[in-house]
Amino acid sequence: MRLITALGIGVIFGLGIAISGMINPAKVLNFFDIAGTWDPSLALVMLGALAVAIPGYRLVLGRPAPALEDRFHLPQTRVIDRRLVLGSAVFGIGWGIAGFCPGGAVPALGTGEPGVYLFTASLVGGLLLAQGIQRWTGSPARTPT
Amino acid sequence: MTTEFTPWASLAGGALIGLAAVLLMALHGRILGVTGILGGLLRRGNPADWSLRAALVVGMITGPLLLWAATGAMPSTEAPVPPLAIAVGGLVVGIGVSYGGGCTSGHGICGIARFSRRSVVATLVFMISTFATVYLVRHMMGGL
Repeated sequence: MRLITALGIGVIFGLGIAISGMINPAKVLNFFDIAGTWDPSLALVMLGALAVAIPGYRLVLGRPAPALEDRFHLPQTRVIDRRLVLGSAVFGIGWGIAGFCPGGAVPALGTGEPGVYLFTASLVGGLLLAQGIQRWTGSPARTPT
Repeated sequence: MTTEFTPWASLAGGALIGLAAVLLMALHGRILGVTGILGGLLRRGNPADWSLRAALVVGMITGPLLLWAATGAMPSTEAPVPPLAIAVGGLVVGIGVSYGGGCTSGHGICGIARFSRRSVVATLVFMISTFATVYLVRHMMGGL
């Protein structure tokens, strides 16, 4: 049951990424190119997602527990530190170079586009590298949201 | 290269992304962050947790294929940059999201939707950083 609902939720997410245009790095890069070939579509993706997620979360998180598990797994960290800010800044640099972000690339894996595999392979490389460094330096592994 | 402004499709697609996030929280009590889902798949944690992440990823890949089957048209997923830029970008994204604790889905949608100050800051930072990078690459370096 858990796996079927998760599969279905994945399908809805993948459909959303494809329909919205987030799956297309050319469109994503054009959103960030206000001085050039600007395509404001992605602002509407964000708007559409938040218009559903804000009231939806409000409703759901007001309940004592999720339907299929005993508790909500929410990130407990509250601190805004250098790690959060620098990490996010570095993410933006990579996003601006390649045009893919993790949420746009994973649903694109079925399309057979070579760039998607190249990006996902290096993304996984980067994730493993960071996990390795974090283990090596002994810094607490924080579960990414 | 120009792309067509698609306000209605983007709003509708965005709403589906939001719906997926709400359903994952309502049923499984989890944040729908692709960084976190992938990162967890790469660690060997508890098997029930791992299979949940795997099912989410399989579903995500299936979604666009269903759309393709239904409409006969697959959206373009071709990046307008050379392979080296894609490879470097992927590595940089992987490191950045690991330290930043999330990406567009986890911080940008789920985090903001639950009014997490960390996620608001992270989203502002990576959006500004991406705008700056694209400006630098396209308008000061003449493209990749």
